[in-house]
Formats: sequence, structure tokens, C-alpha cells
Amino acid sequence: MRHLLSAADLSFAEATSILDVAVEMQQVQSRPVKKLPALRGRTVVNIFFEDSTRTRTSFEIAGKWLSADTINVSAKGSSVSKGESLRDTMMTLDAMGVDAFVIRHSSSGAAAQVASWVKAQVINAGDGQHEHPTQALLDAYAMRQHFRRLATVPEPQAPIPEPDEGSTTPEPGEGSTTPGSRTTIPEPDEGSTTPRSRTTIPQPQATIPEPDEGSQAADKNDFTGKKIAIVGDLLHSRVVRSNVLLQRTLGGQVTLVAPPTLLPTGVETWGCPVTGDFDAALADADIVMMLRVQRERMAGGFFPTEREYAESYGLTEARLAALKPGAAICHPGPMNRGVEISSAAADAANSLVLEQVAAGVAVRMSVLYHLLGSDEGALK
Amino acid sequence: MSLLITGATLADGTRGDLYVAEGLLADPASAPAGVERIDADGLLALPGLVDLHTHLRQPGREDAETVASGTAAAARGGFTCVHAMANTDPVTDTAEAAEYVRSLGASEGHCEVRVVGAVTKGLAGEELAELGLMHASSAAVTMFSDDGRCVGDSLLMRRALSYVKAFDGVIAQHSQDPRLAGPGACCHESEWSGRLGLPGWPSQAESVIVARDVQLAELTDSRVHVCHVSTAESVDVIRWAKARGIKVTAEVTPHHLLLDTPLVAGYDTTFKVNPPLRTSEHLEAVRAALADGTIDTVGTDHAPHARQDKDHPFDVALPGMLGLEQALSVVIEVMVNTSRMDWPTLVERMSAAPARIGKVAGQGRPLVVGEPANLVLVDSSARSTVDRDASRSRARNNPYHGRDLPDPVVATIWKGELTYRR
Repeated sequence: MRHLLSAADLSFAEATSILDVAVEMQQVQSRPVKKLPALRGRTVVNIFFEDSTRTRTSFEIAGKWLSADTINVSAKGSSVSKGESLRDTMMTLDAMGVDAFVIRHSSSGAAAQVASWVKAQVINAGDGQHEHPTQALLDAYAMRQHFRRLATVPEPQAPIPEPDEGSTTPEPGEGSTTPGSRTTIPEPDEGSTTPRSRTTIPQPQATIPEPDEGSQAADKNDFTGKKIAIVGDLLHSRVVRSNVLLQRTLGGQVTLVAPPTLLPTGVETWGCPVTGDFDAALADADIVMMLRVQRERMAGGFFPTEREYAESYGLTEARLAALKPGAAICHPGPMNRGVEISSAAADAANSLVLEQVAAGVAVRMSVLYHLLGSDEGALK
Repeated sequence: MSLLITGATLADGTRGDLYVAEGLLADPASAPAGVERIDADGLLALPGLVDLHTHLRQPGREDAETVASGTAAAARGGFTCVHAMANTDPVTDTAEAAEYVRSLGASEGHCEVRVVGAVTKGLAGEELAELGLMHASSAAVTMFSDDGRCVGDSLLMRRALSYVKAFDGVIAQHSQDPRLAGPGACCHESEWSGRLGLPGWPSQAESVIVARDVQLAELTDSRVHVCHVSTAESVDVIRWAKARGIKVTAEVTPHHLLLDTPLVAGYDTTFKVNPPLRTSEHLEAVRAALADGTIDTVGTDHAPHARQDKDHPFDVALPGMLGLEQALSVVIEVMVNTSRMDWPTLVERMSAAPARIGKVAGQGRPLVVGEPANLVLVDSSARSTVDRDASRSRARNNPYHGRDLPDPVVATIWKGELTYRR
């Protein structure tokens, strides 16, 4: 794979490999020295035509921890205000010998256009209302970690794992046991290691992982049968498009929830149920993913008031209480507390919001590694 | 110049010689020996094509197109008359501006250039432009359009229709409800806009304006012309209005006959146009309407743009695509080669009807002795792969680049002079 423009670009094996390697990358984050030499000598330009704190920072950290030379270009409005076309801006940077662009743009399709012009590899870090594939990957990562924790929780009568097992400061000698910990369904004979793997932070590995290690049959079970409700402004959301496409590959069952005014045209062809009844969708959801509602949408008359929106489509305290046991909450951020999500839900124990943020760096390290890790691109 | 065209087939299937002398068609028997000849054996001779909808970009954007380059492209496409739209810089909204464009056409044109005046000052949609003075000027403007923008104000549209009735003018409307399809709308609202995340332009944003305008035309008993009809709903409204006797005429572009929404899936801004490329059911509707006469004519909406105005993100790039050189190719491919339309009907749609709507004397006339020698020689079976770099236009935003299409035009003659010869 040369570029990552759409979540639909990823096969099951590729997506799984990115998630698996991200597990290893996340272990690196708990080391005192976080830097890996994998992309030494490669140059990654993060060019952001639209403001973004978390995405840009996490791509920058991801590149640096892989030893790439990472340059941030804040291009908001710069080229258009100077009269320069997008093509000229990108061709200029490309002529400097950049290996990859991570591009964020307020216009749908900008990343695909750039990919058609430049020699460098292109990673779409969000294009308008179209796609945000690395966000969908980090969402999948956080969801998968959650599912795996659930899968390893013993039956009710069994003791809950002690909290202190979760802190797991890395011990170099544990690297050799890592492959086993990656599978989700605990095998009986692995019983002795289970208490440790149950505590979610995988053991560190001394070497750069091989991408193909992740394609184990057990991974297919991670999302199969899992119900993911995505709720909110589907019309303007690049996150929902990438999540729908990625889950089509990974096997999660997505239900879309929105007022009719915020449904994209043709959403009925996306292959997932669409409803305006949040409470019904909530009842059997394993994941509830709340999308940000931009306040300026109200001026567009998409819904009458914030109050009405929160009441009908917000994750209120009452709806939080109605979640089925084991269900978790996602939000791509930034959150509008009191609109699409109540503070109680945002800060709930089953909220994955901060885990999503933490996963951002690891997943983006994995994406960079997969695309730039060899001359050909590590993914085929 | 004198020219004897031998063995040509006319649209009605009859064969004969055509003698061009002093700008007119003369009796072939009067041709002197040794006169220059074109052997038209196997070729069709059709009246020169007339385009009601052309953007020549001069004055203002001579880097994209000029009267000279645009009319050269027109001649290459078989046209002997084009109508230059008013959205130049400055806007053609005064008699002086209209006379300037007319004079450019007279001195540099490779075909007749008729001037379209703006409906409102500066295309701002607020006050009427000097419609009467433009008509009274040497440009003799009869067609008025804010094309590129819709005259959204119902009262202003009523006044415009009413006012031009004094000299049997016509208002050519760019039908786009400015609220339903705002400035950001750049993709037919459909499954495609939803997936691509492009702001949608619903087909009803066109038809609601068409529905309003035909009723205002009825109210004022005046003439309205619907530019670039692109939707099945608009076709239904126009069909209803014509049955009612309302003075409405309509055009469809070559691209709305052939090109469909999925072409924008790669975000290639060549395919960004306004109104947007529609889906197949709309294409079928406008094809049927052109065949049965609900749509009167083909208007190219030839819209040249400099490369730098297209090398932007899709929602920012300027809308528009070239059309003059491939208009006849597309109509032959979509309408004639599929037996939807015969040659006499093609002549009616691409020559006679637009000349009537624009009130252009001497264009759209039958090829008989005494008529002006405006004609095109057509090889209906020739085909080629379109090469945008071979264009006579200054611009390269050719949506047919790389397509195999009919390449029919062998020669174009305007006022008795060859303006194109293969």
C-alpha cells in the first residue's frame, strides 16, 4: 500500500496488522527511552491546512518516536491567501524530497488529489467531510482493547484481577512471551499467563515487530457480532465514513443514529441500519460512539436547539444508565459536554475517550511504520 | 471567396452541390470553371451550428480564453454563431460593454458573436441592468442572463421578464435556488455526495426555480429560457409549461447528456461544473426531452478556466468545462448513433431553434440558394480520441480528454469563408 487515503484501502489483514503492531508500539510508550530507529533518515511532513491539536501532535510524536525527521507545516489559509494553488504548494514541498505527507484539509478529497500529484506517500489525516482513516483505526484499537479486556474478565464468581497488576512496568525478559498475549481468547493452557495479559497493557518487545504476526485467526473474533452505535452529525463527519468502511472490513455491526437532517444522502446504501431512535439503538450496543456536533450547525437549521438535540440524541445520564453491562463509550473529540455527551458519560469508568487519545500515537506509529517501513511499503 | 462543394448530402438525405459565393449560397450552375472545390462525397452538409451559451472570458480573463481563441474552438466544433455570456470582467451590463464585446467579435471572431447582457447590474441580483439600452445599442442584445448566478429574487425576475417584453427579449435563467444549493454545493446530491463528503446540490434546487420562472413567464406573457437543464424534475416542469402554452424554451449541455456523477469520485476538478453532473436517470430524462423537443436546443456552456483556477480542492476550484469542440460529437454519439434523433432534428436543435430563440437573422437557415453561406461539413462516421492539448481553446479543462468520440467536423464555413478545415 502506497498511500492511506481511505479506510476502504485496508484489507482485513492490513487493518489487523496495523492494530497488532500498534499494540507493540504502545508498549514502547511505557519505556523510559521511547525512540525506535525504524524510520531513521525518512522525512515526514505534517501539512495541516486546518487546525488540529490532537491529530497533528500525535502524528508528530509518532514520527519522532520512529526516528523520522518530522516537520510540521501549518498551512491554514496560506496558499489560497497568497493565490497559490494546492497543487503548487504540494509540488513545491514534494520537490524537496519528502518521503511522506500527512495531510489535513478542510476540503473533501484533498488528500486524494495530492496523492495524484506528488511522488511522496500520502496519509490522509482528515479531508473535509470525507474520511479520517487513522481516527477509525485508533477507534478500532481502543474498542478492541476494550473487547479483549472483557473477554478476559473471569465469570462473575471469579475474583476480579487486582488493580496493581495493571501497572506492569515493563520487564525486558518478558518479550519472549508476547506472541501469546496477543490472542484474545485465553487458551486454557495459557492460564498461567492470563492474569497478566488480562491487565491490558501488552508486554514490551525488544525488537520491531513483524507486521504479519498479527494475522492470527483469533483476531477475527474481536469485532464479530459486536454492535457499534455511531450517533450524531453523520452528514458532516469524516469519522463516521471511515468507521463504517473500516468496520465493514473488521466485522463490527454498525448502527447509525441521527436526526434526518444530519443523515448523508444515500446513507441507506452504506450497509448498516439507520435509525432516529437512539434509545432503541442504545439497548444492545457494545460501543456507543458519540460524534461532535458543531455549534455552527445549529445556525444552519439542522436542529432547533441544543437542548432539544441533547434530549433526543445526546448521551445523557439517563442513557448512560441504560447502557448494557460491558458497553463502552467513544468520542473522537473535542467533546461538547452537555450537547452530544453529558459530563457523567464523558468521565464514566466505561468511557474510552482518553484511551482513544493514547491509542492515537501508537496507531499512527504503526501506520507510519507500515507505509514507510521499507522501500516498497511494508503492506502489500 | 468562392467555393463549390460537390456531392454533399443534406440533412434530409438529398444530395447535391452547394456553391458558395459572396457569402451566400448561389446556384451551382453559375459556378465558374476552375473555382475552388471541396469534394463532399460521403459528407453531410448542415447549417452552421448556433450556441446560446458560451463563455469567451474576454474582457477580464484573457489567460483562460479570448474572443479569438473561443470562436476558433467554436469553428472547430462546427459553430457559426455563439452567444457570449455576460459574466466577464467588467460584466456586460451596459450598452458600452455590450458594444465592446460585439466589436471584439466583429474584428477577431471566427464566427458570429452575439452578446448576452446581464439581467442585473454586476450580476448582483439586486437592480436591473440597462436592458433597453443594451438592446438599442449596436450589439442589439435580445438575450439577457446572469448566468453563473440565479436571479433569485422573484419580484426582480418578474420585472425583468416584463421589461424585455417591450422588444421581445428573453431572460435566460441559471436555475439554482441560492438557499437549496448554496455557493459550496458542488456535487449532485446523491449517494455520491454522501460518500464523497461533498456538499450536495439537489436536483430540486433547479426545478423549483424553473417552476417559479415558467409561472412568472405566464404572468408576464414573456419569454424565459432555461439554461443548462440537468434534471428530470425540470424536464417535467418544462413539459407541463409548454403544454400550457407558456413561452418557455430550454437548453441542455453536451456534458449533461453524456457525463454522470460517478466521474467526480476521484475528485478531478475537470469534472466540477455547475449545475453538477447528474446521475443516469437524469441523463436519460434530458436525452428523451431533447429528442421530443421539450428541450429545444443544445447550449454548450463552454466554460474555459486557467489551470491555476482548477488546481484547488474540489469545493474551491472554479466550476465549468469546455464544450464547443465536442458538442456535436457528443450529440451524435448520444442522440444520433442511438437512433434517438435523426439529422433533420439535430439541425433543428443545434441550428434553427437557437437562432430563433436568440433572434439571430441569417443563422439557422436552410441550405438553399440565396441564404447566407453558414454551414458545416460533417463526416458522421469519423471518430478519434479526444486530446485536450489539441484544442483551439486556450484552456485545457476538457472533460472528454482520452475518450473515443465521433470527430465529425470536416469544414466550417461562416459568411462564405472557411473558418475551419481538417
